[in-house]
Amino acid sequence: MTVAFPVTPVLDAGALVGEDRAGSTLYTDPALFAAEMSRIFENTWVWVAHASEIPKGGDFKMAQVGLQPVIVVRDRKGVVHVHVNRCRHRAATLCEVRKGKTNSFVCPYHGWAYALDGSLRGVPYEKGYDDSLNKAEFPLLSLRVEEYHGLIFATFSREIQPLSDFLGPAKTWIDLFMKQGAGFPIKTMGEHKFRFPGNWKIQLENTTDAYHFPLVHKSFLSAADRETEDSWDIMNKGGFVEDLGNGHSVMVMMPELVDLEENLDAPIPEKFAALAEELRQSHPEEQVRRIVRAVGGCGFNLNLFPNLGCSAAFFRVLQPIAVDETEVRHAALGMEGGPAAANRARLRIHEFFQGPMGFGSPDDAEVWDRVQHGAQGAAGMPIMLHRGLSHEEVGAEGRKRSDVSAETGMRAAYAQWKRMMEA
Amino acid sequence: MDATTRTAISLQDAMEVAWLEADLLDSADYDPWLALWTPDAIYVVPAEPAGDDFENTLNIAYDDAAMRAKRVERLRSGQSVSASPVARTVRLLSRFRILSSEAGRCELRCAQILTEYRRERERMHTADITFVLVRTPDGLRIARKVVRLINASDAITGVSYIL
Ligand code: FES
Ligand SMILES: [Fe+2]
Repeated sequence: MTVAFPVTPVLDAGALVGEDRAGSTLYTDPALFAAEMSRIFENTWVWVAHASEIPKGGDFKMAQVGLQPVIVVRDRKGVVHVHVNRCRHRAATLCEVRKGKTNSFVCPYHGWAYALDGSLRGVPYEKGYDDSLNKAEFPLLSLRVEEYHGLIFATFSREIQPLSDFLGPAKTWIDLFMKQGAGFPIKTMGEHKFRFPGNWKIQLENTTDAYHFPLVHKSFLSAADRETEDSWDIMNKGGFVEDLGNGHSVMVMMPELVDLEENLDAPIPEKFAALAEELRQSHPEEQVRRIVRAVGGCGFNLNLFPNLGCSAAFFRVLQPIAVDETEVRHAALGMEGGPAAANRARLRIHEFFQGPMGFGSPDDAEVWDRVQHGAQGAAGMPIMLHRGLSHEEVGAEGRKRSDVSAETGMRAAYAQWKRMMEA
Repeated sequence: MDATTRTAISLQDAMEVAWLEADLLDSADYDPWLALWTPDAIYVVPAEPAGDDFENTLNIAYDDAAMRAKRVERLRSGQSVSASPVARTVRLLSRFRILSSEAGRCELRCAQILTEYRRERERMHTADITFVLVRTPDGLRIARKVVRLINASDAITGVSYIL
């Protein structure tokens, strides 16, 4: 159906990544970036949507797989398709609306019309082709699509393992993460989008970087209430980072908030007392406790290679733009059909830290920007990734684990990066 | 409410409050800025261009009095790496129009073009701003300010100051 043209030169990328350090051209080399976009982003499962973003037939959203624009759409039978957003005639995009509902995709240039499943249905002035145009030969290019627990992933690869195998032990953590619906399905409630002038892997590293938290996020901690500040005392709570294979890792920051369905008898934190009181008007005590415990999100960040983080209470989506430009999206999550007061509380918590005017994200963006700038100096000097290696342990299932501030998650991601870039 | 707080707000009076607020922010004079609001006022920077159910929607900023005070503290504390130093800003407000007016209260809409400068980078943010202004015994106060960036739903860079 499609002809594969060679797109990237072969380079010795693997040599850049050692066991405990990496070459800083990892952030700065445009040729390496181009190679990553094909070798990694076109050869693995890339997160494109949450099921709640396209709940009904005809619902669609625009997304990207690497640098390639795609449309994620649910057809009338409920099947999700991911198509490259490119007309089969002369390449115009079919859609420039971020999110919406439609019956078909009609190219604005010469009017070729495609069904939701990507098949070509109509060609204006078809007579000009003298019956030689076989529409069946020109469907949209569709990716493989699989879903786990509402997380929709797509890949250009026909060969790679099923999503379920790719996620492996990360699935258990996804299950735990989704418990913050408190019995209601998880839904996205809008997203913050911001950009920083730096390489995408700088952000990837950060999702399992507890080390920076008490330092970079001092102004957030100062502004937060006492209980929130205490719960973020993550360097002293016995948390850990674990390598989950295939580049994935989990960083447990607040061990007491790993399973939100446990400890429902624990006292309700002062900061949620008013919310609990409001919920009691319409919900039984047991449900109030469940909702209140879930409102602040989970105590861990799950980093799924290469582009999704299930981070405490939100999805962190990473979108490479150029070797030195990255877009980060933080999608707020809520309880579908859950109490409005609880969802409002979640929105306010999200706004407090995340987004272009949050008390956290701009400081993250600033230090990532500094990494990119600094990496222009002494190109031969390595990026050090050895924190926590000296006391890293290998658990029963062969998974590496170290303390919460260890760089174990980054080592896991770079090991996968190396495998994929060398393949 | 006494008679003085029920007098209609003229366009000239409303513009003066908007310009005063802009000047206080550009000159980082935060105490009088904090005092310019009614106690239950909300400052909003929506994340989507349409809609006005801000309370039940994700915003870029949604600040009540306590959050405004925290935001000011963040800019002053030196603890935030993105606000040390705070970006310098110059904002121009124009195209003023009173959308509605009742006794002692009005809704004012205007355009804002803001240039930000920090670390050798100059950026521009363009927005429609809607103020709700009210007369109080202490003078005109802001009861609501909504800053609608024209590119609010696009990715923007960090804004570690007050729009
Ligand atoms: S480019 Fe789409 S119909 Fe011609
Ligand atoms: Fe951070």
